Amino acid sequence: MTTESTNGGLRVGVFVCDCGSNIAGVVDCAAVAEYAKTLPDVVCVVRNRYTCAEPGQNEIRQAIRQHHLNRVVVASCTPRQHEPTFRQCVLEAGLNPYLMEMANLREHCSWVHQADRAAATAKAMDLVASAVGKARLLQPQEEMSVQVTRTALVIGGGVTGIEAALELAESGHKVVLVEKQPSIGGIMAQLDKTYPTMDCSI
Amino acid sequence: MGNFTVTIRKKARYVDPGLCNACAECAKVCPVVTPDEYQMGLSSRRAIYIPFPQAVPSSYVLDMEHCLGNNPVACGKCAEACEKKAISFDDRDQIVTREVGTVVVAIGAEVYDPTEMDDYGYTRFENVITSMEFERLICAGGPTEGHFVRPSDQRQPKRIGFVQCVGSRNPRMGRPWCSNICCMNTVKDTLLLADHYPDTRSVVFYQDIRAFGKSFEDMFQRSKEAGVRYVRGLPGEIHEDPRTHHLIVTVENTTSGKLERHELDMVVLSVGLQPPADLRKISSLLTLSKTSDGFFMEAHPKLRPVDAPTRGVYFAGMCESPKDIKDSVCQAGAAASRAGALLNAGKVTIEAITSRIDEAACTSCGVCVRVCPFGAIQWTKGTPAVVVEAMCAGCGSCAAQCKPGAITMRHFTDEQIVAQVRATLAQRPEEKVFVFACNWCSYAGADMAGISRMQYPASNRVVRTMCSARVSEEMVLEAFRCGAPVVLVSGCHYADCHYINANRQTVKRVQSMWAKLEKAGVRPERLQLEWISAAEGQKFAKVMRQLDELRRTVTPEEIERSRKAFKPKVRRAAAEAATAAPVPGTAT
Repeated sequence: MTTESTNGGLRVGVFVCDCGSNIAGVVDCAAVAEYAKTLPDVVCVVRNRYTCAEPGQNEIRQAIRQHHLNRVVVASCTPRQHEPTFRQCVLEAGLNPYLMEMANLREHCSWVHQADRAAATAKAMDLVASAVGKARLLQPQEEMSVQVTRTALVIGGGVTGIEAALELAESGHKVVLVEKQPSIGGIMAQLDKTYPTMDCSI
Repeated sequence: MGNFTVTIRKKARYVDPGLCNACAECAKVCPVVTPDEYQMGLSSRRAIYIPFPQAVPSSYVLDMEHCLGNNPVACGKCAEACEKKAISFDDRDQIVTREVGTVVVAIGAEVYDPTEMDDYGYTRFENVITSMEFERLICAGGPTEGHFVRPSDQRQPKRIGFVQCVGSRNPRMGRPWCSNICCMNTVKDTLLLADHYPDTRSVVFYQDIRAFGKSFEDMFQRSKEAGVRYVRGLPGEIHEDPRTHHLIVTVENTTSGKLERHELDMVVLSVGLQPPADLRKISSLLTLSKTSDGFFMEAHPKLRPVDAPTRGVYFAGMCESPKDIKDSVCQAGAAASRAGALLNAGKVTIEAITSRIDEAACTSCGVCVRVCPFGAIQWTKGTPAVVVEAMCAGCGSCAAQCKPGAITMRHFTDEQIVAQVRATLAQRPEEKVFVFACNWCSYAGADMAGISRMQYPASNRVVRTMCSARVSEEMVLEAFRCGAPVVLVSGCHYADCHYINANRQTVKRVQSMWAKLEKAGVRPERLQLEWISAAEGQKFAKVMRQLDELRRTVTPEEIERSRKAFKPKVRRAAAEAATAAPVPGTAT
């Protein structure tokens, strides 16, 4: 599974996720993994059943340590769902979280090309190649920390806004409640009895 | 995120709520009579009024639109009558500024106005009312003190019909959504009538009764046991007997398959809910998104149901979707808890996706300052520009527009994106549609297509940028140089850009590129621009199908032409040198 690095320092690990049958049911994940081995600076390729689950994450952490990986590509689902998961995962293995890149083989591939296994597999390979291409140029980044102003704004003084404002105030926060009408109360104040308890609205 | 400056217009009340003791002397002398909004126009109020007895603040307010003014010749009577001297005609709107760390959006919904549904005769027939008007008529605090009478003759109606789904579940009217509360509200109304007036007979015309909540089914059964008739079928039309003002409802009972004719004293239209008119304004202020029904879209429908896509902003209540009081209160609690967690933390980290300017390379042209939607770049003529990191939101417009290449958009650098273009199009590019998609809308729209399992041709290859404005001319040209038959730049809808209005730069750039392509003898339509929102999975799939068709029309000769038409810029040589010898990452 391991090949020697061809480039001075870059050591890319690729983790191809089956996502049960979500990806592997359409994409030939074994072929994608084989293909990933041919990509530049890829020194380690692992296929996981569920990369996001604890055993999958463990494999990433182990591989980072074992193969001294300094770039990680997770070929699984949308980064809009699991980018934070995998950033945290590589961080735990001592890698800067910005050295991880994802390829979206699920939402953008297996789920939308269910009838064309060959085309979906070819596309998955391209998506992995693209992610490896970016990963090779990733740089570690430091996040900036910002102070939060300890006041909440609630827009709207109907039953929802009133309730949210009260809860925030009860937990000790300053709240600014804005309402466009001359009185708070909203639509609920216009109702007579309310279901299912049949008690008065105000 | 974490720090918002809010400018609030505090509207003039003309009555000091601190002084007003709600004695009502002012309203007694006010000569102006106008419909009372709180009572749905079923009774009147004065120009100086208290919105309703339990109003908070418990104070009168002057409606300047209807007030005759304080010119002694014209009026000014209320000020004379007020012992507390609480009334001031000189009161003016005030602009107040507040600093806040988090925002809960709870702007609610609007009730549908059924006037446009002419077949039901609302406003033509006095005895056709809405469910909101029903609330006021049955309420002890209402215009009739709870005596339920019909408007035409002020007599108590005996035969009352309820029509469900008025302005809901009607795709033909562009209102396909279920308004959630109307079924149970009608069940409640029928129980109130049965309780107050045991001799009334109610009939409910419905398509489905949705009684899914806790103890709802029990209420529905009680209503049926109280003698309320439920007829499955919505009336096509309501007629009025001009002599008696009774209403004739003809309906196909879809359970029995028979046509039924009902003569009723009164008909209540069970009106649905719609997104409030203010939603668009709030949406653009806080860069929020909407689902196809026009209500706010949450960050994740199951896992982050009260988070807005903008960090630090939360939704609660009906602005997210129509819901009843219990659900609104639940969501209010959830939003307060999410907002509270952020306030308690006191600190947030910001993703390291911000731009940086290389002082040495900056030619001090000032273009970046002009394209930054956040005013995050400081610059004085003759000195290098500087990015204020805390203000930079990371759209990358500046980097895409920087001619000398002095700006590095961290984590989405020119080199990284170009590397993706090359890797993607390395083999058989003629079979591929190359797509640049912005993180917040178009990439998420593609995700939505996936989540919904919408099938489309496998020819597309998506590369994600944070904003469509990040996509530079060079990136697009590189795709053509690599042999892409079709390139798509896609982003948030024009007025819904996650980065205020960064996608205006996208439009400008793509337009100038169309001219450039044409000049080079390349068919301009091979570069496409589309706005696809996060909710528009269907549109994403449709666009992919169309672009695959377009791709098939591009000949090998055309591809060859665009491969050679655009000479790479000199500075790309330097970029390539950097690519060849990258600096390995360091462990943290």
